[in-house]
Amino acid sequence: MDYINNHILTAILLFPVLAALIILFLPKDDNKLVRWSAFIASLVPFALSLLLWVKFDSTAVGFQFTEKYVWYAAINSSFFIGVDGLSLTMVLLTTLLTPLAILASFKIEDRVKAFMMLFLFLETGMLGVFLSLDLLIFFVFWEIGLVPMYFLINQWGSANRNYASLKFLIYTMAGSLGLLLAIQMLGVNFGTYDLQELFKLWPAASQLTNIPMGISIETVKTVAFWAFVIAFAIKVPVWPFHTWLPDAHTEAPTAGSMILAGVLLKLGAYGFLRLVLPLYPQESAKYAGVLAFLAVMAIVFGAFSAYGQKDFKRLVAYSSINHMGFVLLGIAAAAKSMGTLDANIALNGAILQMFNHGLSAAGMFFLVGVIYERTHTRNLDEMGGLFPLVPIYGGILIFTSMASLGLPGLNGFISEFLVVRGAFPVMTVYTSIAMLGLLFTGAYILKGIKNVLHGPLNERWVGHLTEINTREILVMVPLMALILVIGIWPSWILVVINNAVMALF
Amino acid sequence: MQFPILSVIVFTPMAASLLILLINPERKNEIRVAALCASILDLILSIWVYFSYDKLAAGYQFIEKYNWMPSFGIGYQVGVDGLSAPLVLLTGIVMFTGVLISWGIDDRPREFFAFLFILASGVFGVFVALDLFQLFFFYEIAVFPMYLLIAIWGWIKTREYAAMKLTLYLFIGSVISLVGALKTFDMLVLQQANFSPEFQILWFPFVFLGFAVLGGIFPFHNWSPDGHVAAPTAVSMFHAGVLMKLGAFAALRVGIMLLPLGAKHWAPWIMGLALVNVVYGAFIAMVQTDLKYVIGFSSVSHMGLVMLGFSTLTEQGMIGAGVQMFSHGVMTALLFAAVGMVYDRAHTREISKLGGMAKPLPLVAIAFIVAGLVSMGMPGFSGFVAEFPIFMGTWQVKPWVAILASISIVITASYIMLVIRRTFFGEVPAEFEGHIGPVRPTDKVALVFLSGIMVIIGIFPSIMVPWVQTGVRNVLSLLGGA
Repeated sequence: MDYINNHILTAILLFPVLAALIILFLPKDDNKLVRWSAFIASLVPFALSLLLWVKFDSTAVGFQFTEKYVWYAAINSSFFIGVDGLSLTMVLLTTLLTPLAILASFKIEDRVKAFMMLFLFLETGMLGVFLSLDLLIFFVFWEIGLVPMYFLINQWGSANRNYASLKFLIYTMAGSLGLLLAIQMLGVNFGTYDLQELFKLWPAASQLTNIPMGISIETVKTVAFWAFVIAFAIKVPVWPFHTWLPDAHTEAPTAGSMILAGVLLKLGAYGFLRLVLPLYPQESAKYAGVLAFLAVMAIVFGAFSAYGQKDFKRLVAYSSINHMGFVLLGIAAAAKSMGTLDANIALNGAILQMFNHGLSAAGMFFLVGVIYERTHTRNLDEMGGLFPLVPIYGGILIFTSMASLGLPGLNGFISEFLVVRGAFPVMTVYTSIAMLGLLFTGAYILKGIKNVLHGPLNERWVGHLTEINTREILVMVPLMALILVIGIWPSWILVVINNAVMALF
Repeated sequence: MQFPILSVIVFTPMAASLLILLINPERKNEIRVAALCASILDLILSIWVYFSYDKLAAGYQFIEKYNWMPSFGIGYQVGVDGLSAPLVLLTGIVMFTGVLISWGIDDRPREFFAFLFILASGVFGVFVALDLFQLFFFYEIAVFPMYLLIAIWGWIKTREYAAMKLTLYLFIGSVISLVGALKTFDMLVLQQANFSPEFQILWFPFVFLGFAVLGGIFPFHNWSPDGHVAAPTAVSMFHAGVLMKLGAFAALRVGIMLLPLGAKHWAPWIMGLALVNVVYGAFIAMVQTDLKYVIGFSSVSHMGLVMLGFSTLTEQGMIGAGVQMFSHGVMTALLFAAVGMVYDRAHTREISKLGGMAKPLPLVAIAFIVAGLVSMGMPGFSGFVAEFPIFMGTWQVKPWVAILASISIVITASYIMLVIRRTFFGEVPAEFEGHIGPVRPTDKVALVFLSGIMVIIGIFPSIMVPWVQTGVRNVLSLLGGA
């Protein structure tokens, strides 16, 4: 038992890769075996992270279950992982969504083995980012997750996938360039990549000891701050760095979109919380207004753009920009009023919103995929009045949409309320505009539902459209259950999140 | 007396090439098997040398010393340190995989393998040489075939050819001047010679550039892509994989280690040239339409990183450069091997005419992708382990150079991804439909072997970095503990 306690994070992190390597040696033509192996393999990290959740001490301060091994001694970087409430929540989200996404892609017939292996590699990449306590290891996993996602979009995507996948890759890599340089600068200056040490050293640093630069430390810090912010803002994505997202989403296969919206976008927000706020407290407070402005633009423009879409999947993609805007708004408000109760509430809201958006966005993308598989169109104008044909699907779609809309009683309401409650006293104007944005959130979601389910029935689909099947319902059940549970009784997860917020900021 | 393992490594290929020349040219399979046996022997010995090198003791090990021409102070002296041990291993790896992927050569395999092995002997000889004359001797053996290549196929590039020849003569001149005072060619003695600062500053550029030309330094980089393109696959693997390292390595051994004060004086200039290499090479690679030229110019860009690492004269920068020499060697060997396999089947290297090769050649596609990711400096692969410390070293000297050089990362990513997509994915052009045969088992072994090495180093840097570190510390102590 001690062994499990001491190595549970490594087990969660590396099991997917191990499974992928085993899958490599399975017979090539037995698609069924490959699918089920991948699915069962992805349940193992989920089970382990449930165990982790149970064993996690939500009253303790600091990182738990830490493991540290020498990795690259010459530059003093070690394989150092651990969890706190923030990363634990994200680990749970990742390990939950991966099996669901794999289950959602059982329909894939083309090169199943490669697809499943890439998915498992992707899971390790994402988990690595959430678990790292070493800046270099963070960057390693940050970058390495791009590769499987690139190939998932590029190989299994729809018509315009080449453009979308390259745009995704180059955009993110270019964004990471500043991050890479800033990380190197920190490493050179302090001779360590250990995050806990850097949190102490860097905000207090008054000069660059090892770097011959003739400019003031304030300038360097500001530039490095923006290098971090831009790298993460691209991933979130924050307006105006969001243009890769609708393309990537639209072209990605359904399971790819689920993970992209459910987890990959969270990596950016996680970067803000894990690195930007602790490393740059002064700069974050100073530029909180700019961040809040960008967040509000994301909320408002995201909602408007979503409303304007004819493509169902693009509509959902823009809704992600809108929802992630609330995460950034919470972070910006907290950065400005660090240490106050408002800041705590806003951060709680932001982290919960990350989790909630992971659930609802993954669900929405899956539901779009379900209808697309049957109709082979995503054009909202070509649907209409489908409710009588697919009542169960309709019910699930409405339920998930309502969570996305922020209906009280479902999870989205709780987190958006907390963000707004925390941000309002700090940034009244921005928060008010953001709340107006919420109105448009309602508008585009209702538009989506109306165009798909209601209105005059498009006769084309009568007799062709089949009801959602059991496997697909099984994908949605855990998501819907969590959406409802968090909506009604959020305290089980907020305890964990709040503890991390209290300890960190 | 200790077993002369380094001499055995150096002379095995030469002996094998003589042996192969004695075999009846019609008995092609026996020739191939003989070549494979020799290369496996060398690979095993070089692995053994690498892993039994004592990192704690550091310094030069496995030393053998014989008098050769005592009246001129010329000896035969070999040994490895932490910098050359990985390069000996690299040569063993490239030789082994080069033989494997040349299995299908049907046109005069006897001469081909004999020629390849003489090249290998020369390369091994340079990496283990501790005597200046001997280093020069093996250097010429290794470089001579390249003169032929450039002379035969690269006639337009006579300028670069002349430049190479000229700088080599400059090098001879400077060697004579180095040796003049002390009447010895023993590099271990010369390292302690303490030449006067004026002398070092005067001769350093000639010595360094004379070798760095072979490492593809700007503005003498143009020979390399032409040379690579003209050569058959296994020779391209040797040229880009090992010969360019020969230049960089000798520039370090003779230039920086014998003339440390000169190196300190000229380091900013070298850094400037290296920066041009890194960025300009990446841009040139991006606009190429021939697959082999893309890789040729990407080598120019990557070797620029090696020079950049050296020119920082910091521990981290030089460690990175040392690992980059190995990593780039394996990576380029793999890239050229993969391109060769595509070319053998499609008979074109024009990227625009290729497509969909992943379907008939899945393993080649995977290997090319792995090498491409290494080339992009993707974390988790050996390229990152090498490039990251180079940039860290550069930060400590000239932060702006690090920032400018990092542009190459995105450029490299974009052209590598485009090349992968256009060559290996999409529709198979109609003319190739059904004509692309599968690769041979020997090819598969070579591809998996090379890819595996890059992944292992990427995940476990400690399998190579401590070796390089001991070598770098030695260099730094010569530089005055900088």
